Amino acid sequence: MSTPVLRLEGVRKAFGPVVALRSGTIVVEPGSIHALVGENGAGKSTLVKVVAGVHRRDGGTFELGGVPADFRTTAEAKAAGVAVIYQEPTLFGDLPVMENLFLGSEPLDRLRRIDRRAMRAHAHELFGRLGVDIDPDRPAAGLSIADQQLVEIAKAISLDAGLLIMDEPTAALSGVEVERLFAVARGLRDEGRGVVFISHRFDEVFGLCDTITVMRDGAHVSTDPVAATSVDEVVTRMVGREVTDLFPKVPSTPGDVVLEVRGLERAGTFHGVSFDVRAGEIVGLAGLVGAGRSEIARAVFGVDRYDAGTVRVLGRPLRPGDPAAAVDAGMALVPEDRRLQGLVPQSTVAQNMTAVVRRRISRLGLLSTARENARAAEWTGRLEVRTAALDMLAATMSGGNQQKVVLAKWLATGPRLLIVDEPTRGIDVATKAEVHRLLSGLAAEGLAVLMISSELPEVLGMADRVLVVREGRITAELDRADATPERVMRAATVGAAS
Amino acid sequence: MRAVGAALRSREAAVALVLVLVVAGTTVLQPGFLLSAGGWRDLLLTPSLVAVLAVGQAIVVVTRNVDLSVGSVLGLCAYLTGTLFAAAPDLPVVLVVAAAVAAGAVLGLVNGVVVAFARVPALVVTLGTLYAYRGLVLTWAGSDRIDASDMPHAFLDLGVRQVLGVPVLAIVAVLVLAVAAHYLHTSRAGRQLYAIGSDPDAAVLYGLPVRRRILTAFVACGALAGLAGVMFAARYGTVSSGAGTGLELTVVGAVVVGGVAIFGGSGTVLGAATGAVLLVTINRALPVVGVPDFWQRAVVGVLIITAIVLDRVLADRRARALARARDVRNPQEVAR
Repeated sequence: MSTPVLRLEGVRKAFGPVVALRSGTIVVEPGSIHALVGENGAGKSTLVKVVAGVHRRDGGTFELGGVPADFRTTAEAKAAGVAVIYQEPTLFGDLPVMENLFLGSEPLDRLRRIDRRAMRAHAHELFGRLGVDIDPDRPAAGLSIADQQLVEIAKAISLDAGLLIMDEPTAALSGVEVERLFAVARGLRDEGRGVVFISHRFDEVFGLCDTITVMRDGAHVSTDPVAATSVDEVVTRMVGREVTDLFPKVPSTPGDVVLEVRGLERAGTFHGVSFDVRAGEIVGLAGLVGAGRSEIARAVFGVDRYDAGTVRVLGRPLRPGDPAAAVDAGMALVPEDRRLQGLVPQSTVAQNMTAVVRRRISRLGLLSTARENARAAEWTGRLEVRTAALDMLAATMSGGNQQKVVLAKWLATGPRLLIVDEPTRGIDVATKAEVHRLLSGLAAEGLAVLMISSELPEVLGMADRVLVVREGRITAELDRADATPERVMRAATVGAAS
Repeated sequence: MRAVGAALRSREAAVALVLVLVVAGTTVLQPGFLLSAGGWRDLLLTPSLVAVLAVGQAIVVVTRNVDLSVGSVLGLCAYLTGTLFAAAPDLPVVLVVAAAVAAGAVLGLVNGVVVAFARVPALVVTLGTLYAYRGLVLTWAGSDRIDASDMPHAFLDLGVRQVLGVPVLAIVAVLVLAVAAHYLHTSRAGRQLYAIGSDPDAAVLYGLPVRRRILTAFVACGALAGLAGVMFAARYGTVSSGAGTGLELTVVGAVVVGGVAIFGGSGTVLGAATGAVLLVTINRALPVVGVPDFWQRAVVGVLIITAIVLDRVLADRRARALARARDVRNPQEVAR
């Protein structure tokens, strides 16, 4: 048997208390295209980043071509023959496309000057191989996502690497471009290189790859030849866990329609999105990362604009592109990245909690710390925020408590509709359950909740109704009783609801 | 016509054109500005020093950093030059120049180390060293000053001598510019400076030696400020502890006017040097044509703001044009 191009066994990686990768195992043979699949958060990207030298593993075996490897920088990994195409392109917008392709390894002339003519020729040659027409002299800024991705692919090919890892390379590509990319991947395979292909599109996985490794919860589940398995089997393994009663969902009777979205449309992002959320109901918005769920929520709330469609709150149309109007109409949005968008880390807990209601608690335009604290104390009690003092800086709190502070901030406005985007990301299990209990309790009190979550158990455990989004469209609407992991995952990946 | 349009779209050409207009206009009103014996010389000589500083500054700004300490570094190195000559008048000029440049490089290294390794924003670090280095000169020089009589004639001669009608210091500036421009345009390391300024996070992910490059940029900037110190001593003949005070803002202004993006990633040293010549020349031209002091400063301010607004407008327009070109090329994506 030949030496594997890549061998990872039992690789671990933790970020503080959060274990991203418990036991990453994958063996890539030369001359093979190896699929790596798993739910969001299964640890695929962390595994890739360990191989790419972005993260350093905490433990486990890591061999490249039979030789033990331990990369501290991406440059080391690159030098060892690892080429990675990340989900998000990482191009230098100010530089011409061709310099992006060859940065650090530009062709030099006899005087060791960069030979731009040779560079241009190489770029044309690479793009010719991919069958695309991108001007090598234009700046990388302003390229479409698909073109950026193609530049990334050309960059990876130019490295002449023994191992090519593609992390969801096809998400933004059109059919023709995908076919060309696959032709290139097959070419590399036939040259005896190893290719790792991460994708959620099973038709692609089964059409292109010869081996498939499934990951779940940061660990290896199975590795099989593609011929010996099926889509259903793989989906079952990806979810493969019982939905426990970790989430104490209180049953509630839905009341009147609070949010009514009809035909919401934004070119290239989402299309024909229509749904209702009723009082006392938690509606889960499920789907893969990048499916357009957060974008829909932002458009509904008025952060982003949309091209067509209507949003009504309590029967009254909401002015598009005006978050202040949304707040006045009784909406609240707890964004995905609380550090970036939800919290002012350098302000105190009390200041953060009262940020949205400042005008209501100020007198003659002046704020008093006492009034801020009184307001905040009320909410820390209700949400059981664990904080030593209200004048503590928000930055010093744990993730779970930060999330509660953000929740308190919005609940203080007395909303009728709460949109939460990934409410428990990066939060430890115990606090997670508390956040769930909280949301469930709020719904029981009559609040309408729209919850975006990439964690399947969370969606299934919490939601009264599940909407599945795939590539900007709602592909399934499932009642709590009908929402099985398999059905949701199928609607999120393959598209057609079974 | 299109070729003219393309040339005008290059920032360097646009700044050069404004420069020509300023010189021409002033000469029409006061022929002595250009057409006298001293006029031609001053036109080339006065901006040389700021141009050298601007080249160094541009190298740093391209990496999305800034060096505010250049004025103080210039003062320190100018005083060092004078002191060395005063102490040992027989020292070869080359040796003294090398010492001043090396001193500037060391001061730049200090800036670079703190910025690259302690990850403190360059604005804060170099604001600190602006005062620290100036404090060093003040302590060292006190109320003393170096006079022309302290320096050898051969050295002072460099400040006034001309070769084929071009002042020696202007030739030095042009050489510095040529070397820096060549390095930034044709070396791998030079292109990486632009990449780092364009997207620092992506540069790390890409595996570029970010710290080393930033360090190099600050050392180069410091060394050029040291060289400018030597030029200051040769040109003016007297060096006090206040030499070069406030010059850093002129230099940063020149770099911005010359089209180097203040957030890094784009611009050329040629543009920066041209911007320096423009700013210095405007400062000389306005009093000649009788513009009051207040308006002299306001004009420079307006110029800097215009340059930045122009950058913004052009960048937006370019982005829109690129997006349109994309839709034409990929009609199926628009239809989808």
